[in-house]
Amino acid sequence: MILEFIVAALKAAIPAGTPLLFGTLGEIYAERSGVLNLGVEGMMIMGAVTGFGVTLATGNVWLGITFAAMAGGLLGLVHAFLSITLRANQVVSGLALTMFGLGMSGMLGKRYIGTPPPCRLRVAPIPLLRDIPFLGPILFQHDPLVYLSVLLVPLLWFVLFKTRAGISIRSVGEAPATADALGVNVFLVRYLCVFLGGVLAGLGGAYLSLVYVPAWIEGMTAGAGWIVIALTIFAMWSPGRALIGAYLFGAVKVLQYRLQPLGVSPNLLNMLPFIFTIIVLLAGTGEVIRKRIGAPSALSIPYAREEK
Amino acid sequence: MRVRMEKRLIPSRWMTLSAPILSLALALLVIAFVFLGYGVSPLLAYKRIFVGAFGSLYGLSETIVKATPLMICGVGLAIAFKALVWNIGAEGQLLMGAVAATWVALYAIPDAPAVVLLPCMFVAGFLGGAFWGVIPGILKAKLRANEVITSLMMVYIASELVNYLVYGPWKGAEEWGFPYSSKFPSSAQLPRLLGTRIHYPTLILALLLAMLVYVLMMRTKLGYEIRVTGENPEAARYAGMSYFKTVVLVMLISGGLAGLAGVGEVAGIHHRLRYPQGISPGYGFTAIIVAWLGRLNPLAVILTSLLFGGLLVGGDAIQVALGLPVATINIFNGVILFFVLGGELLTRYKITFEWRREE
Repeated sequence: MILEFIVAALKAAIPAGTPLLFGTLGEIYAERSGVLNLGVEGMMIMGAVTGFGVTLATGNVWLGITFAAMAGGLLGLVHAFLSITLRANQVVSGLALTMFGLGMSGMLGKRYIGTPPPCRLRVAPIPLLRDIPFLGPILFQHDPLVYLSVLLVPLLWFVLFKTRAGISIRSVGEAPATADALGVNVFLVRYLCVFLGGVLAGLGGAYLSLVYVPAWIEGMTAGAGWIVIALTIFAMWSPGRALIGAYLFGAVKVLQYRLQPLGVSPNLLNMLPFIFTIIVLLAGTGEVIRKRIGAPSALSIPYAREEK
Repeated sequence: MRVRMEKRLIPSRWMTLSAPILSLALALLVIAFVFLGYGVSPLLAYKRIFVGAFGSLYGLSETIVKATPLMICGVGLAIAFKALVWNIGAEGQLLMGAVAATWVALYAIPDAPAVVLLPCMFVAGFLGGAFWGVIPGILKAKLRANEVITSLMMVYIASELVNYLVYGPWKGAEEWGFPYSSKFPSSAQLPRLLGTRIHYPTLILALLLAMLVYVLMMRTKLGYEIRVTGENPEAARYAGMSYFKTVVLVMLISGGLAGLAGVGEVAGIHHRLRYPQGISPGYGFTAIIVAWLGRLNPLAVILTSLLFGGLLVGGDAIQVALGLPVATINIFNGVILFFVLGGELLTRYKITFEWRREE
């Protein structure tokens, strides 16, 4: 009985954390290249509404997911243009992106409110693995997007730390002038990373509206994009720890729903993820300082060639 | 063609004045396309917004009503942003000000006469907002926790706290099941200008605060320290200025001011605590743009708050008339902020186009 409860809770924590995992992986790449993008919330929610709308119009959920990713990426490019090309303040630009995304998605999604999802992503248990006791039901009985997000973790880790492209990304985020002198195209690398960040945030949003909820609700990201920013620090800009952090939040979310029937005020329970975000941020920041890892040195500093 | 950007040694004065106006115009042009895409005539929409906000005495008075909290919050945020402390949580600080004022009006000293009660509410509101602002301030100054996230998380927490209060322990017995507290005694209600909702004591307070903060920033040692901390934190430390003190103080002031705005809303408009969106349609967030568009100059914030107050009123008008969602106003906020940011480039850089003929 208790085991069943634990299995069910852990199993539920993974989908709950999946949008956060997508978003955090993307933000890690953007920040590793030296661009702080606080617009994750806006990119996510535009992904959510685009994914829902396109799926509704075409009846093809994968087409919806693709367009959601593109919508996120496109918004990412707006931030990239402002912060990389125009060298604008990245904090304010990210805020603008979030406001715009919340507004635009509200406008686009107004007609979808109350519409049931056209079709949903089926759970695809992995043969053999799904039968492993305890672990099978927790890890291997999910939908394809969950598997995709999990596969992205080692892949993005490998690219970032074991390939030439990864060296370019990290050098652009740490010492852009040096990278530039060595022939790395600082602007291109940053554009691509911010674009990737947007694509992944868009996927996270699509996961919310097409799989997790699934429906379109105005403002449905409800702060998930901001939790992503905190998780990026908690993850110390490394994909592996992003996975842990995202599922930790998934677990908090599950806890929130499980405690509600016990008579705890839902409003107080709603505070949980946000209090937890602050705790996670403090823990992450503390560790970053202790281990002297530090954020990418050039984070949020625009690069200008002629001002060396 | 080649585009060259040269950094200006001194920001261009002409551009400092004209860039925000040009940015606004371009932003409105882009938003016009959004309206077109939605099947709404942009000319009609803009006309409705303008007429709704400034076309009648009623519209004008409502514009001032909504500009009041924007002004107070915006002036406070201008201080924080000047020190490069990103207080994104004015919305939550406003709510905590409203909570503190409600506590004073309904529970602490409800029987006190207005001359005692109202000032006490403002003091409590300042303290409530300041408390909510100081927490991210201390976390930033002591533990280097990113204040954008902490201050924003505090918004969500404050918002749930208000919900908890108005649905739970503070729910008014005679409020027909609405998530409202009981009504304030009349001694806790701010006087209004005849026939309008302008609670003029708060408006006067807002204008005074703008001038006071202007003097603070330009003429006092503290203002100087805030500016130096923002421009060059290393130099500030070298000159013996306490980083901790500056960060905590700007969070205290900006949080406290947002709290005052919250007092104005409950004591001047609603006369009770309500669910969070009922108290503020995002004043604390819009104030970020108000401060930025005013280039962090408290006196300019007076103008920009009136502009955005008008936008809120006009936005309400087109929502009703043209069937647009509430979130439309966020599109305005986002796009205007984009263009204001882009426009700043013109003040900081000299842009030249070089036409080169291909041989």
